Parts: sequence; structure tokens; C-alpha cells
Amino acid sequence: MAIVSRDFRELRLEGVGRAFGQLNALQDITLTVKRGEFVALVGPSGCGKSTTLNCIAGLLQLTDGSIWLDDRRIDQTGPEDRGFGMVFQNYALFPHMSVRRNIGFGLATQHRPKDEIAKRVDEALALVRLESQAEKLPGQLSGGQQQRVAIARAVVVEPPLVLMDEPLSNLDAKLRLEMRAEIRRIHTMLACSTIYVTHDQEEALSLADRIVVLIDGKMRQVGTPEQLYMAPANRDVAEFMGYRNHVKTTARPVEGGIAVTMCGAAMLGTVPHTAGYETVQGAAMAAIRPDDLHPEADGPLAARVEIAEYHGRDFYCVGKAEDGTDLYFRSPRRVAPGEVVRLNADPSRVLVFAT
Amino acid sequence: MSAANLTLRQRLHERGLDGVTLLVVPGVLFVLALFIYPSIYGLLLSFEPKEGGVFGNYIKFFSEPFLYTTITKTLVIAIPATAINMILSVPVAMRVRLMKHPRLLTTILVIPITLGTVMVAEGMLTYLGPRGWLNRTLMFFALVDEPVRLIHNYWGVMLSLVITGFPFTFLLTLSYITGIDPSLEQAGAMLGARARMRFWRIILPLLAPGLAITLALSFVAAFTVYPSAVLLGAPAGPTRVISIAAYTAAFEEYDYSMASAVAMLMAAVQVIVVAFLLSLRGLFFHGPASSGKG
Repeated sequence: MAIVSRDFRELRLEGVGRAFGQLNALQDITLTVKRGEFVALVGPSGCGKSTTLNCIAGLLQLTDGSIWLDDRRIDQTGPEDRGFGMVFQNYALFPHMSVRRNIGFGLATQHRPKDEIAKRVDEALALVRLESQAEKLPGQLSGGQQQRVAIARAVVVEPPLVLMDEPLSNLDAKLRLEMRAEIRRIHTMLACSTIYVTHDQEEALSLADRIVVLIDGKMRQVGTPEQLYMAPANRDVAEFMGYRNHVKTTARPVEGGIAVTMCGAAMLGTVPHTAGYETVQGAAMAAIRPDDLHPEADGPLAARVEIAEYHGRDFYCVGKAEDGTDLYFRSPRRVAPGEVVRLNADPSRVLVFAT
Repeated sequence: MSAANLTLRQRLHERGLDGVTLLVVPGVLFVLALFIYPSIYGLLLSFEPKEGGVFGNYIKFFSEPFLYTTITKTLVIAIPATAINMILSVPVAMRVRLMKHPRLLTTILVIPITLGTVMVAEGMLTYLGPRGWLNRTLMFFALVDEPVRLIHNYWGVMLSLVITGFPFTFLLTLSYITGIDPSLEQAGAMLGARARMRFWRIILPLLAPGLAITLALSFVAAFTVYPSAVLLGAPAGPTRVISIAAYTAAFEEYDYSMASAVAMLMAAVQVIVVAFLLSLRGLFFHGPASSGKG
């Protein structure tokens, strides 16, 4: 008997909204999560991603819209009766209970027989590789181990849906990478659906099947990691997805794309049309990732280097363009602060948005 | 660097002793002069009775029913009063913790503490007396035929201890309850535990050590009851509490030695009860009532 999530088809959010007094923390969230899907909710702090998660969990009431699990409306149901698993940011392990009792808590509330609880807790402990820690109190475990207990406790009741609220944000960088793989492994093994909140776009890209970008309480884009990484729908999403450079440009439609002029100089090449983008003309904004902007002998953008950080293979630098725009770029060779470099980017990696 | 290389100052600092440590001196002097010295003085004084041997006072106390029954009389008032305050405090604090603006409520509750027991007792005498508003209202609506006796007996003292003791117990309980991470209860709810189960399985075990301390402090406050036992009780009968016995010995019979002996017995009962309550703490989890390393 392995732990497998309860069967269901889909979770639907229909026009979900939540207001706190005058403030609309969440507006018109409409989303369908299929069984087995891993969906990441991302966005800057305060964008409403945790609010969305708490609404799905039932810890927060909706002020608008409805939530459906298949054909059952669940937004009026309390968290006790939704049967979802949740992993909290601070793990929320019961400090007075052993690891075994923490994991068994959800089974005990269902009044399952003692031997069944013991057996399933053992399986959950094996799933998160904590067999040897079963009798310890949470306070005696490391952060990563506590995280595993929290995951085991959430999944042992075989929930159709597992909700995770920034579960890795309290761990150090190395552990975070390890736990990321672990979360993906457990998700696949249980065949459950996971809704994962994070502010770390890299985490979302590596874990999720689909990413939902929330900004100011509104859904700004939903798509696969590739779509979001390569073709963010608008400037805000682009900024969140790592397009840190915003350069004022003048755009002119030409054969096969847009010719852009940056800071008075024509950029080498033509930015190709990307499906889904409207044609931009006149004053525009070019968004470029720091990784795609690099020094080149006759690059169109002149920048004075201000900071150059050594990152092993490359230098990550901050410079200032002639018009005062901050430019973030990557340089394979050593550059010194004060030096003037000319920068260029592959036109196919540049996005142009109307301003 | 081995310890030998450190100067005396550095070695003291490693043990947490430095210039700042001197700040405890006034506190220590204060405790020595106003607590330790009088206690020892009183203890020695109690062994120098007017008549009888060294234990003359104690033998006298435990051979006269008028004296030794004061211990049980005080316990019969103090223990239920403490229990009632606790039982009222926990649910109220559980609710107040969720309020957005608990200030007003806590302010109202703190007023009885600032008024002092004498003023509360005076107010109760008028309000609960045979011609007070309570009895007048009850009689007017013909709910009772004759005034309900709520003063000059056991119930008067009990009521006053609840009124003056509740705010104290409540505020302590509230601070312990708000110290429990709310995400623990949310986690319980997500795992299917309803409010009742969350309270018994999560909140109460984490609250227990704090409640033991609250009980101990509330009990000590109730056990030393004096003004309301005199003003609202029957100081010659059922509410002849132990502090009255001490007062009588000291200021009516001018037997300071006997009064010291009564005070020592009073302290002994308190120490026994408090020690019992605090030993219960050991049965529960005591550590931070939060979770994780967040």
C-alpha cells in the first residue's frame, strides 16, 4: 500500500477575489488545475500569491467568486473538510509532538485504526527518508529535516491537492536545491496536484509544469516555464522573469521584425516578431536579460562600469548608460569600475514593449 | 588562544560578568533588605513565643481549631476562586486573541486592578447589598421573595476575588495564548482537526506550562486575601482567613511572635501549592510554542 493521492479531475477557481477593507488583495483569479499538475504561483512580495493559497486552503474566506473541486463547490467549506495538504513557510510542526505523532496527526483526526496509522506513518517516513528520526521532537531536527516532516505530514493523508507556501525560503542555498528535487520526486510519486507559492522565479521555472504570474493581486500571465521565460506577455512579467534591463528605444517596423534604436545608436540586427506580440512603433522599451547583454567591440550601447562582481566563469556588472539608465550585463573578461565598455545583445533575445 | 592567555577581565567576561553585572547590585540590596532579612527575622521571631518552648506558637496554632481552621477556610476560598478565574480566562483569551482591537476590552478589564480591592469591596457592598440595585431589580421582577444574600458571607469574598483576580489571570493567560504561533492551529485545521480537537491537542498542551505559572500567581494573590474577607465576608466565621489570624495576633493581641508563626505557616502552604503546580509543568512540553526556524 503506497501513498497515492485521492482521485479527482480538476480544481477550478472562478473569478476568485479577496478584499481586506478597501484594499483588493486579489481580483478575478480564474484558473484550472488538473490532476497531477504542478502549478507555481509567482510574483513579487505582496502580490497576493499567499492570499490565493490561503483562499484555496480555506484559511481565508473569499469575498468574490467560487472554488470548485470537480462538481463540488468548496469555497464555503472549512479547511477541516477540504482534505488538502498544506506545507507552511515556517513548517508549523507541532513542537510538543514527536515526528511520528506529527505525521500521524492527520490520520488520527480521521480516527483510523492504530496499526494502520503506524504503517502509513512508516511509509511517509520512508518517503522523506527520515526513518531514523521518528521519535525526535521537531526542535531536535535541522531545518531541512523539519521541512521533510512537514511534507510527510501533508501527504500522508493522501490529499488530492498539496499546497506549499514558500516551503524552501528558510533553507540555505545548497539544501534548497536538494529539497527542490525532493519535492518534485514526491509530487511525481504521489500523482497529486501541487500548488506552489514562491517569489523565486528560478524555483518556479525548475519545478512547475505551469506558472501563474500574479502582480498586484491580478493574474498577469499563465504559461509553461518556457513560455514565461522566452515570451513574457508584458513589461511587468518580463521584469519579474529576469529581464532586468529596461532601455528606452525607438522602434521602427521593418521586413521580418522591428529595428530598434537605443540611446541614439542603431542596434545591430533586427528584433524578430514574436508570436503574440503586437507590432510596436515609435517610443518603446527594450527588455534584456543581464545574461544576454555583453561587451562587444562595436556594440551600440556605451556604459561606464560601476560594479563588477566575480562569479567564477563570468563577471556580473552594473554600469550606467550615457542617459543615466542602469545596465546589468555579463562579461566574460575582467572589466574595471570606471572603464567604458560598449554593449550588445543578440536581437533574438531582446523583447520590445510599447511604453 | 588558551585560557592562560586571557586577562582576568576577559575570563570574567566569558562567564558573562562585566561592568553591566554591577547593575544587579541595587536589586540584590533591595531584595536582601526588604525580603530576605524580614523573612529570616520573622522566622526566628516565630521561635521565640511568649510562652511555651521553641515550637510553642506552632503547637498553639495546631491545637486551637479557631486558628488551624483558617488554613482550610482560606484554601476553600482561594482554590475555587483561582480555578474559576482560570476557567473563565482561557475561553475569553482564546476569543480576544482573534480580535483586531483588543485594547478597549483589556482596558476595561484592567480597571478593577487599578481600583484596588477595598474600593471594589465598597462598591459591591452597595450594589449587592439587601437594598442594592441587584436585589431591588430581582425583587421588582418578583424573581425572588427576599433579598439574595451575597455579602457578609463566603460568596461575597468569592465574588470579590473573581472580580479582582480575573483581569490579572486573564491578561497573563492572554499573553501566553498569543505566544502560540497561529500557523500551528491552521496546520491542525488543514489536517482535519476541528476547533475542539485543536484546542485539546494543540493549544492546551502548549499552554499548560504558562497556565501552571498563571495558576500559581493567581493562587498566591487569592490566598493572601484580606480586605475583602473583612469587608465582604464573615470575618468571625466562614471567611476567617489566615491573614485575619495573623492580623489579630499582631495588632489585637500584640503577639508579634505568634503573628510571625502564622505568617510562616501561610508561606509554607503557598510554597507547597506553588511547588505542586510548577511540578506539573514538568509533565508538559516546555519550549518555544512556535515552530520551525522561521
